[in-house]
Amino acid sequence: MLLRHTPAEVAERKALTINPAKTCQPIGAMYASFGIHGCLPHSHGSQGCCAYHRSTLTRHYKEPVMASTSSFTEGASVFGGQSNLIAALNTIFTVYNPDVVAVHTTCLSETIGDDVTQIKKKAFDDGKIPEGKRIVNVSTPSYVGSHVTGFAGMCAAIAKEFCVPTEEKTDQINLIPGWVEPADMRELKRLMKEMNVPMVMYPDTSGVLDTPMTGEHDMFPKGGTTIEQLETTGSSFHTFALGKFGSEDAAREIQRIAKTPFDVMDLPIGIRATDRFLMKVSEITGMPVPDSITDERGRAVDLIADMQQYFSGKKVALFGDPDQLFALTEFLLDIDMKPVHIVSGTPGKYFSQKMSEIIDDEVPTANYRNGSRADTFLLHQWIKNEPVDLLIGNSYGKYIARDEDIPFVRMGFPIVDRIGHQYFPTVGYSGAIRIAENILNALMDRQDRDAPEERFELVM
Amino acid sequence: MSSLIKEREHQVFTKGRDDYKISAEKVSAAGSVSQRACVFCGSRVVLYPIADALHLVHGPIGCAAYTWDIRGALSSGPELHRKSFSTDLREEDVIFGGEKKLYRSLKRLIPKYNPNAVFVYSTCIVGIIGDDVEAVCSKVAAEEGISVIPVHSEGFKGTKKDGYRAACKALMRLIKTGSTIPRNKGSKPVINILGEFNLAGESWIIKKYYKKMGIEVGAILTGDGRVEQIRQAANAELNIVQCSGSLKYLAKDMKEEWGIPFKQVSFFGIEDTASALYTVAESFPDNPEIMEKTKSLVQSELSKAYPILENYRKDLTGKKAAVYVGGAFKAFSMLRSLKFLGVSVVLMGSQTGSAEEYEEMKEMADPGTVIVDDSNPSELSAFIQQLGVDLFVGGVKERPMAFKLGIAFCDHNHERKIALAGFEGMLNFAKEIHNSLTSRVWQTIDEARESDPWKI
Ligand code: SF4
Ligand code: SF4
Repeated sequence: MLLRHTPAEVAERKALTINPAKTCQPIGAMYASFGIHGCLPHSHGSQGCCAYHRSTLTRHYKEPVMASTSSFTEGASVFGGQSNLIAALNTIFTVYNPDVVAVHTTCLSETIGDDVTQIKKKAFDDGKIPEGKRIVNVSTPSYVGSHVTGFAGMCAAIAKEFCVPTEEKTDQINLIPGWVEPADMRELKRLMKEMNVPMVMYPDTSGVLDTPMTGEHDMFPKGGTTIEQLETTGSSFHTFALGKFGSEDAAREIQRIAKTPFDVMDLPIGIRATDRFLMKVSEITGMPVPDSITDERGRAVDLIADMQQYFSGKKVALFGDPDQLFALTEFLLDIDMKPVHIVSGTPGKYFSQKMSEIIDDEVPTANYRNGSRADTFLLHQWIKNEPVDLLIGNSYGKYIARDEDIPFVRMGFPIVDRIGHQYFPTVGYSGAIRIAENILNALMDRQDRDAPEERFELVM
Repeated sequence: MSSLIKEREHQVFTKGRDDYKISAEKVSAAGSVSQRACVFCGSRVVLYPIADALHLVHGPIGCAAYTWDIRGALSSGPELHRKSFSTDLREEDVIFGGEKKLYRSLKRLIPKYNPNAVFVYSTCIVGIIGDDVEAVCSKVAAEEGISVIPVHSEGFKGTKKDGYRAACKALMRLIKTGSTIPRNKGSKPVINILGEFNLAGESWIIKKYYKKMGIEVGAILTGDGRVEQIRQAANAELNIVQCSGSLKYLAKDMKEEWGIPFKQVSFFGIEDTASALYTVAESFPDNPEIMEKTKSLVQSELSKAYPILENYRKDLTGKKAAVYVGGAFKAFSMLRSLKFLGVSVVLMGSQTGSAEEYEEMKEMADPGTVIVDDSNPSELSAFIQQLGVDLFVGGVKERPMAFKLGIAFCDHNHERKIALAGFEGMLNFAKEIHNSLTSRVWQTIDEARESDPWKI
């Protein structure tokens, strides 16, 4: 009983986070950086942060995760990190030779007040950066926001660096997929292709963090959005940003630079969110949704109809990142389940506003909270007060699942105790099928496990 | 791509070709993809297994989130160490200081969890904003009547090794709160085991051996650790230190303070384990019975292990390995174990070895072996290909890289799930590398490499 200390009564905590439901900004920035082809993420700070971020991404993706660090020492923390960063860039371009270096800061470099934009300018002015090489930078102090904020910040920084405005717009759209898995990005590309919509999507980690086995280790794998593609974002006629928390900043940045209008959509997780996304794309681009996709939708709905009797009225607790939670909560309601506890460590007032729209009418008693005291400890307390039939969240949910003996479906970041999750999309209709299947399997495995002999049946 | 960073010239050495002292304990070149971590990481690794202590990370959320239960340091009782507590410093704390928040957190946590001691880890920004962690800790300690020990582990103040040192200082403070008990004549000799973290239950294996020898293990620092046992650590007659990097500082301090001698040992591999047991037996010459028991223990274990290992050796002979681990001392044991199994080590290195350790490594290595300090993935993968390595022994960040190169892997780091210490551990080790080396998947890759199946 690892969590036996968790008391049921919920007291207000002012100063403390226990078992966080979030991590820090830089890891999000690092993840977004991998969505650019030939990009080396760089952590401007001391070594530890970078090592932790790399290890966490490695545990989640089971892929080599390359990132460099400014390796701050006591000197740097007193005199500033300028010389470290300039030396680092020099090493990076002579040894690793990426096309792009994506610099994010850490709490340390932020607290001592390093101005990376300034340092970067100096490096260019002094001729320290080889011809044609690009540097993206974003400020990611972890004492503000969460890993999602860092992701959003890097996406906006990429726009700032690469977006070239044009008067004439093409028939291409920009798609900012939000913090989703490589398989999701692959799926979004497939859907757009199926609809014949020309687009540029970034970041795109497919082919970077799910590379095929070749017997070679490529520091810069084939995938990722290329610089050329990124430069065309300013000539696209429209931007779709999936997920307000993860993608809106980037869409705004593109609008600021190139006057490109944008729509912020929910992540297309579940049937209705996918419907809205595809219909909006269709409306804006004039491209019809092809029969092949309509059939996919039909299959997903058919499957849910078959499953619905088992889902009905089951209570669910879920935690993770806001954009995922919005869409997932809606989907759970749509499959007749009852989300009762929802927690996200990512701060932002919009969370409760949006969540209230989604859930208040449907489940008036639902608990939801985000921000710094919204951790898995609180979620556990809520569950103790109102037990649930299912828990959905990242690997850290397993403690609660075991302690309370609740079926558990892994979704979100990080998943460090299972392999293969990044190969299967959760977006689109095929994603909905997968989520529904995972949920039902978890419920039925439990039913089989608990069934007394006479109720243990072949056909369920 | 030139895979060698210029500043690293003297951190890479080929035996038989180069002739210089390997420079060690250098700060990593800025911009390198170093595999190293920070001071905080070092401290956290050492103190984490103390299961009935409360570990509070004073800093922004990330530092705590990334160290939440990532290590398999097992406990036979309380599991408070596996929870993740953070003061989650926010912007206003960075501006106005985090002392109040730290105080409030401690005041809330201590009554609730009733820990036997508290460790408060300082992370980078605490070092910058200048919180007086020491003062807050002693205030709370006085009010609550328990040890609240600050760990000065600001990430940027050195390398992981400095983190070990900070942890040792914290442990020393804890030990000093204990009492020395006069020993009865004729009672069993007591030893402490330092630098053993009970990964995958390894402490239990080792403890069992000493018990069979008639030795009492007083405290294990810090595997399956308990505050009270650590407090009594000064009552032992001998400290044995495993994993040179981390707890040697404490052993030295304890020698100075209480005159407790220490011996450096390793429990990885047949030979090293046997000599670790004999070393202790030899330290108690007045008690010949211990030596007798040790001999029969080693003999019986060896007679069980040999035939099994012999079998593995048949498949493993002629394979080439790379060993890249945290501390250099462990690399020595690995080298001996691998040699024993017929595997030659052609590339070896560590994140934090010292210059002397590298000299020793040079001695032990076969000609042609490449030795690296604080290496990085592109350097490692270049050498792996160049030297034709079949097996990589390393940690979490190296595993996918090894697999991408189509070679076998064995986790010999803090996250390992299989006990590798002692005689049993050697069998597990042999089994694991055997399974990985003989997996069919490598053949599948080779076939694809040789003949592209889609090209007819
Ligand atoms: S210091 Fe900041 S950036 Fe580094 S790990 Fe801690 S929270 Fe993350
Ligand atoms: S902030 Fe400092 S202490 Fe925390 S992980 Fe980064 S380097 Fe380590």
